Amino acid sequence: MGFWRDPITFIGAWLRDLLVNTGLSPMGAELIGIVLGAGLLATSAMLLVIFLIWVERKLIGRIQDRFGPNRVGPWGIFQPVADMLKIFTKEYITPIGADKLAYNIAPVLAVASVLMVWAVIPFSFTVVGADLSVGFLFILAVGALGEMGYILAGWGSNNKYALLGAFRTIAQLISYEVPMIISALIPIMFAGTLSVTGIVLAQDIWFIIIAPAAALVFFIASVARIGRAPFDLAEAESELVAGYNIEYSGLKFGMFFVAEFLQAFTMALIFATIFLGGWRGPGAEQFPILGFLYLLIKTSAVYFITILFRATLPRFRIDQMMALNWKILTPFSLSIVLVMALVGRLVASSPDVFRVAVFLAVNAVLLVAVDRLITLNKRKPPREVGSRNRPVAQAEVLPAQSDPGASE
Amino acid sequence: MLSPWLYIGVFALIAMFLPAVAITIAGFLSPKKPNRIKNSTYECGMETVGPSKIQFKVQYYVYTLVFLIFDVEVVLLLPWAVAYNQLAWYAIFEVFFFILILLGGLLYAWRKGALEWR
Repeated sequence: MGFWRDPITFIGAWLRDLLVNTGLSPMGAELIGIVLGAGLLATSAMLLVIFLIWVERKLIGRIQDRFGPNRVGPWGIFQPVADMLKIFTKEYITPIGADKLAYNIAPVLAVASVLMVWAVIPFSFTVVGADLSVGFLFILAVGALGEMGYILAGWGSNNKYALLGAFRTIAQLISYEVPMIISALIPIMFAGTLSVTGIVLAQDIWFIIIAPAAALVFFIASVARIGRAPFDLAEAESELVAGYNIEYSGLKFGMFFVAEFLQAFTMALIFATIFLGGWRGPGAEQFPILGFLYLLIKTSAVYFITILFRATLPRFRIDQMMALNWKILTPFSLSIVLVMALVGRLVASSPDVFRVAVFLAVNAVLLVAVDRLITLNKRKPPREVGSRNRPVAQAEVLPAQSDPGASE
Repeated sequence: MLSPWLYIGVFALIAMFLPAVAITIAGFLSPKKPNRIKNSTYECGMETVGPSKIQFKVQYYVYTLVFLIFDVEVVLLLPWAVAYNQLAWYAIFEVFFFILILLGGLLYAWRKGALEWR
């Protein structure tokens, strides 16, 4: 096995041999390998955030016709490093009456819940942290741990506005979990497994081609799950003071920031894995190192689209956001599951080209139908707020002669 | 071969350990000069009025109930989705009606106004 074909497995095997030769039992060597692998993966995910912050600021800057960070290092690439060093030396201000345990554990939970998703993502043909048979369920479950962190942050801060922000965040996150899981049923259905590796291996045809409608719902719901614009109500500065993290300072605040950016990238990673074929691409089985490259390209493409979302769309109002979830996405995702289950069984034994054509047609019909339904619903005039006769000074109702002040 | 859950356990420990260590290190590096005014509850320069553990809007409770129904339903649907390729038509129709009933429930909640943000 050549080093360049599959560097990580190569180094892993070399290290294991080394440890066994020094007299360790194979079990112990494997345990050390596990600890090293997990530590390396988690650390690199954390360090990736530094780069992500730079990418996001630069891209948003360019979209808004600014330079973005451009002072520290080439193209300002060391700006987030400088920011990080600064935030390390900032004081922790713990508010009076804070629930110490909840207050301190919340940022740790927020980051950990995002990091733990990385444990089950297959990065190439040979490199996967843990190939769980319930991998996708695990992703959903640890994703829900993050919600725990937010509500603890809101509760522990001893601040009304933090608590209000946390309530809103939780309402948003748990609501959007529903269409997200339901639309993720489609890849699970066609792959016939919950294992993330299994879902990737089943994608001879990418699932986004088989089920574009489900992919769209999943994408919208995942953007809402990470609290990105246009769903960034949790940090609606003009409505709430700053959301659940108002009382945090220093690196404790920084950890929420890290969790947010990492979650955006992780959601792109999950989307690329279950809908865009993960590490698969030409030659990825023979040369596993190519798998990293393919996964990176796909994830970056999805991440770029979420940044475009953020840069382009204005923020939703909270009632609009809840209505979008419960009145459009949830029924829509349920009907996708209904229709895809029937159609998928009807064309199960047909040749691939025919299957894909049928799926595309069905999805197009579904998307057009939901679009028509939304448009018909929108035809109703919006409810009037306040009365029609507003006491506004107008030229024709204020003739100069009847002005008592002018006549005297 | 060790169980993959061991990796998950180790990874979970490390995932908690990394941010906790970063926060602790920053705690050593940063200045510590607390005073009453600085540590008071932040509210745009105002003094906080009333208790800070406020009552939550009853609407959240309704949303959570609806969420709970759908979450349990997804737990029921996941095994079906995994077995989908081997199932007979009977099972497909079974789930078909299951989802139709759920949609009916959603419609009921909708008509009752449970999904309106007030």
